[in-house]
Amino acid sequence: MSSNGSDMRTPLGKVRGLGSAKDGTSHFWQQRLTGLANLPLSLFFMYSIYSMAGKSYQEAMAFIASPLVSVMLILFIASSVYHMKLGMQVVLEDYIHGEKMKILLLILNAFFATFIGIACIFSILKISFGA
Amino acid sequence: MSNSKMANSKKVERPLSPHLFIYKPMLSMLLSVMHRATGIAMYFGTILVVWWLMAMAYGESSYTTFTYFMTSPFGYLIMVGFTWVLFHHMFGGVKHFFWDLGKGFDLDVVELVAKLAVIIPICATVIVWLTYIILK
Repeated sequence: MSSNGSDMRTPLGKVRGLGSAKDGTSHFWQQRLTGLANLPLSLFFMYSIYSMAGKSYQEAMAFIASPLVSVMLILFIASSVYHMKLGMQVVLEDYIHGEKMKILLLILNAFFATFIGIACIFSILKISFGA
Repeated sequence: MSNSKMANSKKVERPLSPHLFIYKPMLSMLLSVMHRATGIAMYFGTILVVWWLMAMAYGESSYTTFTYFMTSPFGYLIMVGFTWVLFHHMFGGVKHFFWDLGKGFDLDVVELVAKLAVIIPICATVIVWLTYIILK
């Protein structure tokens, strides 16, 4: 295929392998990477909810505030929020055919995921560092 | 001239190859749809996670409001549903990892895994909530 004389791609372009969207397989890769991370992290998240059930406010605060729990929950939030941002992006690109609406929803998707992520992480930090 | 041609080309009704609805419905198709549906459900479900963590960060009274809601019958329904949706998406994700590695494409394996993808998340949800009822 590379010896095909009608190939318009430059050798540099082929080596970079970034394609027309200019970021190659990074979306695919990040989706899988965060998905893999989500496997243990979401199980930990479920464990956290489970162990906090029925606890008082003070006990729940102390649980979240313990360093390992805080770190694991922050990792969970970061990984899953990025995962869902990428996932929703694909859904929008697949089903929204109007160009303006698609761009608008892609922007809202990025804003929503960022808000969720920052709101959760800030709250975990505030719980951890005390207030 | 080339500009107007490009603008016009957008409006051309091109023929589409037949897809989706001409095929016999299969479990693997349903699961593909379910993987997206459960992902979308959790996308909006994260609002509850924000509520949970922010309520704790705000203080005891807002946390009490949150736990009051979540331990209502509707709250439990949401939590049981969320558990199942998460397990469902998780199992689907693991299945996709194997497919990404080029494994598990034999038809009998696909059929078996599709059935497991329905059964295992339900079992996992039941086990989690039975444990909760027994231990708490």
